[in-house]
Amino acid sequence: MKLTSTTTRVAVGLLAVALPLSMAACTKGGSSSSSGGAGGGELTMWTHNAGNKGELAAITQIVNDYNKSQSKYKVKIQAFPQDSYNQSVVAAAASKKLPCILDIDGPNVPNWAWAGYLAPLEGLDGTLSKFLPSVLGKYDGKTYSYGYYDVALVMVTRKTILDKYGIRVPTVDQPWTKDEFTAALKKLKASGDFQNPLDIATSFTGEWWPYAYSPMLQSFGGDLINRNDYKSAEGALNGPKAVEWAKWFRGLVTDGLVPLKSGADPAKDFINGKTAILYNGTWTAVDTRKAFGKDTLFLPPPDLGNGPKIGGGSWQWGISQNCSDQAGALDYMKFAAQDKYVASVARDTNNIPATDAAAAEVKGYEQGGENQLFLEYAKKFAVLRPVTPGYPFIATEFTKTAQDILNGADPKQALDQAVKNIDANQKSNGYFQ
Amino acid sequence: MSTATTPGLGADHLAHVAESATPAVHRGGEERHGIRRALGVLVRIALCLVFGLPLVFMFVSSFKPDLQIFSDLGNIKAFLPVGDISFENYSGVFGRVPFAQFMMNSVIITVVTVVLGIVVNSMAAFALARIGFKGGGIVLGVILATLIVPFETLALPLLWWSNKLPFLGPDGFTEGWLDTYQVQIIPFIANAFSIFLFYQYFDSIPKELDEAAKVDGAGWFRIYRSIVMPLSGPAVATVAILTFLPMWNQYLWPLMAVQSEELRPVMVGIDYFKQLNTSWGQIMAYASIITAPVLVLFVAFQRAFINSIASSGVKG
Amino acid sequence: MTTITVAEDASAVTTRKSVPPKGSRSSTTTALLMLLPAAVLLITFLLVPIGLTFGLAFTNARLISPRPAEFVGVDNFVRLFDDETFWKSLRNTIIFAAVIVPVQSACALGLALLVNVKMRGVNFFRTVYFLPVVTSMVVVSMLWLFMYQKNGLINQVLLKFGIAGPDWLGDPKTALIAIILMSAWQAMGFHMVIWLSGLQTIPGDLYEAAELDGAGTWQKFRYVTWPGLRQTRTFILITITISAFALFTQVNIMTQGGPLDSTSTLVLMAVRTGFQQQQTGYASAISLAFFVLVLAVTLVQRYYTRDKDVA
Repeated sequence: MKLTSTTTRVAVGLLAVALPLSMAACTKGGSSSSSGGAGGGELTMWTHNAGNKGELAAITQIVNDYNKSQSKYKVKIQAFPQDSYNQSVVAAAASKKLPCILDIDGPNVPNWAWAGYLAPLEGLDGTLSKFLPSVLGKYDGKTYSYGYYDVALVMVTRKTILDKYGIRVPTVDQPWTKDEFTAALKKLKASGDFQNPLDIATSFTGEWWPYAYSPMLQSFGGDLINRNDYKSAEGALNGPKAVEWAKWFRGLVTDGLVPLKSGADPAKDFINGKTAILYNGTWTAVDTRKAFGKDTLFLPPPDLGNGPKIGGGSWQWGISQNCSDQAGALDYMKFAAQDKYVASVARDTNNIPATDAAAAEVKGYEQGGENQLFLEYAKKFAVLRPVTPGYPFIATEFTKTAQDILNGADPKQALDQAVKNIDANQKSNGYFQ
Repeated sequence: MSTATTPGLGADHLAHVAESATPAVHRGGEERHGIRRALGVLVRIALCLVFGLPLVFMFVSSFKPDLQIFSDLGNIKAFLPVGDISFENYSGVFGRVPFAQFMMNSVIITVVTVVLGIVVNSMAAFALARIGFKGGGIVLGVILATLIVPFETLALPLLWWSNKLPFLGPDGFTEGWLDTYQVQIIPFIANAFSIFLFYQYFDSIPKELDEAAKVDGAGWFRIYRSIVMPLSGPAVATVAILTFLPMWNQYLWPLMAVQSEELRPVMVGIDYFKQLNTSWGQIMAYASIITAPVLVLFVAFQRAFINSIASSGVKG
Repeated sequence: MTTITVAEDASAVTTRKSVPPKGSRSSTTTALLMLLPAAVLLITFLLVPIGLTFGLAFTNARLISPRPAEFVGVDNFVRLFDDETFWKSLRNTIIFAAVIVPVQSACALGLALLVNVKMRGVNFFRTVYFLPVVTSMVVVSMLWLFMYQKNGLINQVLLKFGIAGPDWLGDPKTALIAIILMSAWQAMGFHMVIWLSGLQTIPGDLYEAAELDGAGTWQKFRYVTWPGLRQTRTFILITITISAFALFTQVNIMTQGGPLDSTSTLVLMAVRTGFQQQQTGYASAISLAFFVLVLAVTLVQRYYTRDKDVA
């Protein structure tokens, strides 16, 4: 839709008539709208951390250090609340208003890179080779983003619970098998002591669904899309393994092992004793440890046939293509990739540090530390969400399909429909070539 | 409006008439049956619980730690300020969100929109209802037809389009409205529903007033300003309130159109508390403090508030 | 029956050139001038976006893409009519409107009758019934999310009466009902007040006359109140219908359209498709279908209410 210049001019003229309104009130924002960051070496930076004090403080520290370290550029932070960050950023991208530096949820990086919103990170290969592969955003052979941390998915429970019901404590090398897992849940259910034997946090929305439940599908041997050419989901998302996963997933609900709809805050239900085992991210570690101390266990997810799997890739930093000072943005990115910053951000967010050197500095992640196993899970079990620009669409399709399956939709039919939609989207975008 | 009306008395008088009409309605029957009356009171109190308790829950929870909110959920304690009561959630809220800034933004956005909305929409309605011109009926029809369009379906095109608009401000001509106050205000000034409400009200004011004024040499604009508007207090109040509520509750649009924290309104602040470890107590506290000003305003102006909304339905 | 005095103002108005009669050229100019600001704003911020929606509906435009949008004819509509979610959303939207319009207006009328009496504390009751209206829908939705939990407040209350409540939002059979109930709860106070205003326009002497004729409460309602509320009814019917079709916020926060599409609505589908799935063109097609539907319904309603006006 292009409007002719005449139409635009008419509109402008009409507006000029209508808008000599009291504009004094409206001036404030006018000056801050130049987000490109051209003026006086100022680089604007967006982050999803508004309201998240720990992470925002850590990022602010890096920015302050950087601004002090040189005089050429000045980075200015603009924080957004995470819950609506993607909406804000997509809106800005669509209107070409992206800032120079921004953070992005990992799986969306290929989409953004393909659309031309992100610029590749040049000249950082040496530094980034020390990062966990799951925290790097790559597309088409180029690296577009890096993250300070990764997050691991775990089964949180208490040792006293497992001991009481005679359930084996699984390990990295010997996770629960599918049958063992099911038997354990049935035992917990039979005891009648818990409202939920297992809570997989179905009340979470957005990216949680593909992040948390597609690893289960992958543990069965299915996937979101064929990863050899990323063209079609046929066979991966609707093959026998995927259908098996779907039946098992629904079975958790019909057997009463998992609540169909979790409470507003599943971690609270676990701490209040309503839930025996909680499937969640490592971000729950702080609160659950506070409640149960050394009794808290963070177990690897079960091996559902193809080995345990967890989602890899969390928030990552990149630079935008429309940044007027790419060199400045790159300079910041290099500065900010130091191990000490990886350590400080990971420490303040209680997440897994992205480099080994940083891990050694963060309490809990040192050799033999209580969080060491999270790093181990991330290294051993993490699977990246499909690296294709079609991912945002795949994610919404998978979310809807998984929700429908959990609610009793016919597994094969639901998966076939998802494959049909995903393939149509891949095709209509020329397979993102 | 069955008695003599002078422009000077205007709105107050009308409201008075409406109020005094009330008691006549049921006078006789109700008082004869004591039991029925008691029953009626009981029903009304039960309804109070239905409508009031969820908000009581919100306020009460704002003083409790998260875990207690959840453990109280299943019983009457959810509505009682018992257990570990403190202002901790509130101090948490002020630590997380630049509350004063958000509040000021919401006040600016809301007040400017309400004031300009009253002027712009009433003028349009006056032109349609009292002056009239060829094709006016069609214009009114088109305006009313746009009532059916929900804002959500237009958000994306409007976003794209706002980004192309020029603006004449103190910095001279600038292109693109995103990330400003005006993008949160100007698109919402003209409002089909407000025009409709003014139209109805103006239409019900006797036309003889215009004729009399014309005899005295008044122009249309003067009739609008000195006669019709002063008589339209209830309509002005109705439009003010119906503009105020949705503007105060703006959420989706500022998310999309505003990037600077210094320009965000209060409702967006709710998202600051939905972290991976959501702090429900703080959400309740924040929801309470952003709802409180509206409630206080409402209770203070309760009568004017309800009477004025009531007037919007007078003429269907 | 209407007497007018403008004496006060007449003295204030200085004698000047008299106003031209209605319909004259100069009157028309004034009218257009007064209409201009609203017209410019409505065109810029309502009609242009609507026009854009129309145009985009026939393209494959995407929110984020390096590929330019192409004209695809009616492809989006072909796809839409073949989309099961569309039909389910359409059905839900219609059910929602069909249920909430009578239920909410009837309950609101009940409330209005309850507070339209002279008794102690009636102001207090009126205020409390109106409270949900002044509370943001975002806040209200989050509150009800808590209350609808399987072990939440509502089910605990039901349990006291020996009823085992369902998993309100988790069960496809009850989710839409749950949304209807909370929506009615939120908006009822508003329509109560509109009914109230209608009630107050009914002259008291009509009731007195009915009483003299020996009419009971029901008969008074049937033969005095109900006919007296005709215009208010039309107004309420149209405003509730329009807001019912626009159902979005509470569904977006509470169920995201689930379970099994049982609470998906057309507006929700349009927003989800346009934003999360980035399919701007397809989302515009959904919006366009929605406009046509609501316009049709409103026209039918207007036709019927107008018909009664004549009779």
